[in-house]
This record gives sequence, C-alpha cells and structure tokens, in this order.
Amino acid sequence: MLLFLLGRILRLLTLLVAVSVLSFLLLELSPIDPVRAYVGADMLKVGPEQWAKIAEYWGLDQPLPERFARWGMAILRGDFGVSMIFRRPVLAVIGERFLASLALMLTAWVFSGVFGFALGVLAGMKQGTWTDRLIKWYCLTLASTPLFWLALLMLLTFAVWLSWFPIGLGVPAGVPTYEVTLSDRLYHLLLPALTLSITGVAGVALHTRQKLVEVLQSDYVLFARARGESGLQVLLRHGLRNIALPVTTLQFASFSELFGGSILAEQVFSYPGLGQAAVQAGLRGDVPLLLGVVAFSALFVFAGNLAAELLYWLIDPRLRPKGDACEQR
Amino acid sequence: MKKEAVTTLLEVSDLSITFTQYISGLRQRTIRAIINLSVNINHGEVLAIVGASGSGKSLLAHAILGILPGNACVDGKMVYAGELLTPARQAALRGREIALIPQSVNFLDPLMRVGAQVRSGIFNGNSTALQREIFDRYHLAVGTEQLFPFQLSGGMARRVLVATAAVGSARLIIADEPTPGLHPMIVRETLAHLRELSATGSAVMLITHDISAALETADRIAVFYAGTTVETAPASDFCGDGELLRHPYSKALWQALPQNGFQPIDGSQPSIDNLPCGCLFAPRCSLASRDCLTTVPELRSLRGGETRCHHAA
Ligand code: SF4
Repeated sequence: MLLFLLGRILRLLTLLVAVSVLSFLLLELSPIDPVRAYVGADMLKVGPEQWAKIAEYWGLDQPLPERFARWGMAILRGDFGVSMIFRRPVLAVIGERFLASLALMLTAWVFSGVFGFALGVLAGMKQGTWTDRLIKWYCLTLASTPLFWLALLMLLTFAVWLSWFPIGLGVPAGVPTYEVTLSDRLYHLLLPALTLSITGVAGVALHTRQKLVEVLQSDYVLFARARGESGLQVLLRHGLRNIALPVTTLQFASFSELFGGSILAEQVFSYPGLGQAAVQAGLRGDVPLLLGVVAFSALFVFAGNLAAELLYWLIDPRLRPKGDACEQR
Repeated sequence: MKKEAVTTLLEVSDLSITFTQYISGLRQRTIRAIINLSVNINHGEVLAIVGASGSGKSLLAHAILGILPGNACVDGKMVYAGELLTPARQAALRGREIALIPQSVNFLDPLMRVGAQVRSGIFNGNSTALQREIFDRYHLAVGTEQLFPFQLSGGMARRVLVATAAVGSARLIIADEPTPGLHPMIVRETLAHLRELSATGSAVMLITHDISAALETADRIAVFYAGTTVETAPASDFCGDGELLRHPYSKALWQALPQNGFQPIDGSQPSIDNLPCGCLFAPRCSLASRDCLTTVPELRSLRGGETRCHHAA
C-alpha cells in the first residue's frame, strides 16, 4: 500500500513537471505577448522604452530555460505569481474561482451520477425491451450532442424564453457581495449545473447499463437464478454489488470530462468559475494565471483518478492482501 | 443403499431447444441445440448423462430449471413428480426442490462471502444454523463462511458448491460437470458426496463427459450425442467388449477408454448447422445402411434400456 502511494506521488510529480514544461513551451510558441496583456488598454500611452522596461521587470528578456527555471523555483516556494488581468496573486484567483467551479461541478457530478445510475440500471434490467431502447436512444443522442450547443439551447429555452433562470453570472448583477444569499447562488448555479450533468447522465447510464448486462449474463447470476432467486433479488444481491465498483470508479475517473465540460458551460453562462478564468487567461495572454490553472486542473484530474484507484483497493476483496478474511474470525 | 419403490421423479420426453440468433441486422437463423431428447430419472437414483464436452448437455440442466436465455425456444414435455413442469412451477421449485451443482467457482458471486451465498439458498428455518451444519458436514472449517470465492482452494470450492445444493432438501439435484479437470482425489470425494445425496433419497442427475466418473457413480447411464440421447442403459451394461450395449456410439465410447483398448472413433460430431437427415450417427457408423441415412430412428425400449438405432438388437 505504501509502495503504491509512493508510486502515485512520483507519478503525480512527473505529470506536473511534464504538464508545466509543455504548457510553457506552447505559450512560448503562441502569439501571446504577456507585456501587451499587462499593459492592456493603456497600450497607446506606453512607449517602446517603457515596453522594454516592463519586459525586463517581468524577466521576459531572459532566455526560455532561465525563465522556466525561475518560474519553477517560485512555484516550489508556493508562489504562483501575480495574475496580469486580475492584478491579484494567481493562487487567490484560482482558489476563489475553484470554489465556484467546484459547486457547479459537484452538483453536476452528483446529479449525473444518481440519475445516470438509475437510468442505466433500469435499461439493463429491461434489456432488449422498448424501455431499454428508449433510454439508449436518449443517451446516445445526448452523448453526441456538443455541450456548447446544448448549453446555448438550455440558456435560450429556460433563461431567455421561459425566464425560469437567470441568464448568466454566479450572483445577481448590481447586488453587493454581502447581500448575496445562498439561494441566490443556488439559483444561478442550477441551470449551468443541469446542463453540465445532462451529457454526464448519458455516459454514466450507458456504462451502468453495459456493466449490468455483463453481470446479468454471468455464470454466477445464472446460478443465483438456479437457486431460486427472482429478478429483483438477483439485482439487489448480485447486480448492484458487482456494478457498484466499476461504476463509481468511472465516476471518479470522469473528473477530466467534467472539468472540460465546465469550461464550456461556464463560458456560455458567464459563470465566474475556474474554466471561465482559464479562457480569459488564454485569450488575454495572462501567462501566470494560465500556467496556474493548467497545473491545478492536472492536480484535480489526478485526484479523481487516485480516488478511483483507492476505492478499488479498499472495496474489492480480490485486491486486498490474501488471507485477511480468514483472520477476521 | 436405501431404495424406495422405483418411481419416476422427472420424465423428459421429446425435448427440443432451439435458439434464434440474429446474424447481420434482421436476418435470423435458428440453431437446434437439443433434438427430441427423452430421459427419465427415478427417486434415489444417480443417472449420468454422458457425452462429449461442448455438446450442449448443460442446456438440458438449464431447461429443467427453466433458466435458459430469452432467445431459447423449448418444445416437448417435462413431468416432475406427476405434474407438468410449467415455467411457473419451475420458478417455484428452483433452488427448493430442484437444485444445481455448477461446474466451477465462477458460478459464485465473486464479491459475496460464500457463507452468505449458501444461506441464500435456504428458504425456511434458521439459515445460519443450517449453513454451519452443512459446512460442518462437508468438513469446511468455521472460518470458511467468511471467505470470498477466490480464496477457496480447489477442494474447498467443490465442497462449497455441493453444499449449496445439499443445504436445502432438494429432491432432484443436477450436477453439471461437477469434476472438470480436478485432482483425482477431489473427483472421488465429490462423486462420493453425490452418492451420499442419492442415498438420502434425492435423485441425482450427473452431467459429465467423463465416462469413468459416470460408471463409478451412476445407476444408469444415458449417452448423449449431437443433441439427443442415443441410449439409456444400466451402468452394469458397460462391461466386457460392450456387447451388452445397444447403440454403436455407446460401444465406440466404451471401446475408446484406455482400459478397453483405446480405439478412438473416426470423425467428429456433426455440427448443429448441418445435421444429417437420417440417424445423427450415420456418418460415423460402421453399421449404417440405406435406411439409416434417410429415416431418423425412434427411441425404443430394448433389454431393460432404451436406444435410438435401427439395427440394435
Ligand atoms: S441407426 Fe444405423 S447409423 Fe444409426 S446408429 Fe444405428 S446402425 Fe448406425
């Protein structure tokens, strides 16, 4: 177990290094000019000399490896630098934005998990019937719908046309922060979260259905039926037990898709989360923020995968050290 | 051995099982897996059904239990304890009166402790006490009930599987290939358990490809070939050169055994897509005549057994 954890930590470190080197290189090759990002609208007032000074101040005149080394050292000290567009430390921006995104992603995650699982179980139990076909058709349609387009559709229908939900943002416009209530936040969260979870539902349902169908065709379910168990008993005793693990694992491993989806959803609903910050940072050349977000999202996805693996370790008796079940008595 | 008056517990007559398969889109084809199979089993007897591996013998077990997959179509008549075995009755009897002993530990839920799985086959009485009692009877240590299937050794797994069937008071126990590739000692032990079960009055149907195991255990033997039974004979008829046997295939099986000269029969079983129209054994039979190629031999009684051969005497 200890070895396993050490291995994972090592893997995380190499992953982070690789991701930061790669994004550093990509940014270097991209037409983004960090100085322009910093100067922003004051561009006309800044002469070439000042421009060079700013570049020197940020260390932008140094060669690439040196800059990377400096950035890396700073990171090791826990200093991610200052976001150029927010004029605040990157970590503070990420922290604040991440909380908003987390609320969004968590709601979508739970929602798609629960509904997807229920739909998948229903389809699997009724395999081959019209119920199954209907659920499969629905899921396949949703799974092949671009999230961006779906988000626009939801926005148009429920926010613009029906006016059930606000059109965007995370809090009501024009209201001071201290007056924003929890229900305000939830109200703004709901539509983006719903949109984000809709495509998630499809994936979870199809996967659950697939696993359940496999289990129901297994020898041990055949034998359970031979022992007189009814369809419902088979599902409760053997079905759920055997699909729970692969399904929850997939659920944790889906953090990357969730994160990718949240970037799109946040963009459409102008929801002030991490994804939106990433897009802004990219478009406006905020290098420190972009690098920070990239490193952070790698960490986030990694955490999901690690959780999935740990679950297997903890729950599946076949992976536990041999003989512990004997010792229990 | 205690023998009740010989009465039939289960009678299967003219059982056919066909499967509908979809090949490429909506084109479908039917596969006949079991054809006009007839067999019966009496109270307190061990009947072995012997045939080559992969010849669909298990389907007979699944048909009796009513657990065939949805694309299977069953035809024919089964009478259990004097009453027609309908799907509703099968559902009521499964696990209670008719029990299955499966092939391998893969038939146990990999994520469920074995004690709980044995208990799930107990429908009345104190299930924990009954399960402990049966584990004790089969020399399974107290801790065994807490184990997961993958933790069982070969011999333990075998005893647990027998226990799942023995724990209820099933009157018909179907052991489907219960000794696949096992150590001879474990095979002998398992077969002894089956005999014990029949001594207590249960009928035991032993489905196997292992003639020696069948001969060691069974009172009667039904020989299975290409989806049907070609002969049913008392185990004692398998002796000498096989001159007491009625069907050429049974004789060939007997003579193919190492102790009987090891003479293998040429050819292989016909594939289910392409069955001969007359006797199913005709392409390999040295006695085949013109009749054999055109008309299917009916099952007929002969010298205390049954056979499907035009020329048997
Ligand atoms: S019916 Fe004819 S072909 Fe078939 S087993 Fe008898 S002798 Fe051989």
